Amino acid sequence: MKRFDAIKRITELIDNEILVCNIGAPSRELFNIKDRDRNFYMLGSMGLASSIAFGIAIAKPDRNVWCIEGDGALLMNLGSLSTVANNQPDNFTLIVIDNGAYGSTGNQKTYTSQKTKLETIAEGAGFESITVINNEDDIILILKKLGKGCHFVKINTSPGNAQVENIQFNPEEIKERFMKSISN
Amino acid sequence: MNVDLLLYKTIKNSKIDLILSLPCIMLKGLLQVIEEKNEIDHISITREEEGIGIAAGAYLGGKVPAIVMQNSGLGNSVNAIKSLLQLYRIPVIFIMSHRGGEGEKILAQIPMGKLTPDLLDLLKIETFIVDSERNIKHIQTAVEQSLSSGIPTGILLKKKLWGSL
Repeated sequence: MKRFDAIKRITELIDNEILVCNIGAPSRELFNIKDRDRNFYMLGSMGLASSIAFGIAIAKPDRNVWCIEGDGALLMNLGSLSTVANNQPDNFTLIVIDNGAYGSTGNQKTYTSQKTKLETIAEGAGFESITVINNEDDIILILKKLGKGCHFVKINTSPGNAQVENIQFNPEEIKERFMKSISN
Repeated sequence: MNVDLLLYKTIKNSKIDLILSLPCIMLKGLLQVIEEKNEIDHISITREEEGIGIAAGAYLGGKVPAIVMQNSGLGNSVNAIKSLLQLYRIPVIFIMSHRGGEGEKILAQIPMGKLTPDLLDLLKIETFIVDSERNIKHIQTAVEQSLSSGIPTGILLKKKLWGSL
């Protein structure tokens, strides 16, 4: 399974959820698989996907917020795991697609390809719900069961990007349609 | 009224309804009032850049967030200010204590303290200086201006605000 396959499965399940997606290839892949107003595509600020999603979760306590983050990006902002776990929003699911590589820049290895286990870090940070998924077929089954809570989900994949088109919106368009779609 | 309480009341009376903070000795009193009053949502963050991400998300969801931090954290925030806040035009208020300015006794604070005004200028963050009780009201203006223009705005709290150097 590659990142593209994992995102495809996630979008098969997604309904009203707000979705924040990591910069680079993940956002481009999501845009091409299933563009929707409620997708917030990051175009910069690598590492801040979980923080942006957490901010939305605080502001919109009645909406479920999902965040697609990468291993390399999460390693840039590990403090976010402590902040989220201690404030414990009950509408927050962090889905880390761990391919052990900086996928958007040429698949240079990250430390998760060696000794580092992000699920152990998340547990230490205080997350109460931690799930690791290895099989593509389990993604929908597991995400479906999660329900309310503050969840950490890691999907192990192999590196590699799909050949897809660039996002067809400029930053302000992404923001405006996103804000409008979640405003009521 | 003491300065910290006055700062708090001005923040409270502005539209700010979420505070993300990292501590600074100059902000000790203000953060204590924020905690004690427990009227404005307040979340401790682990790094300023993280706070910018949370603030951006909260704004997208309809909140008016401010980050209360030391000016040294501006260095940790540069990329997020440019490639998140200014790229998408997301207004966030930075309420910063200015260490390393006049009257600074800790040598290590001075390089970043000296750089701060130029760095804010370079980042194109319009900044209001608050160095006396009389101009605490600038906070209100900064919030209004940030929201109407859609860009992040700074407030720099000087040591003089809390008394003679």
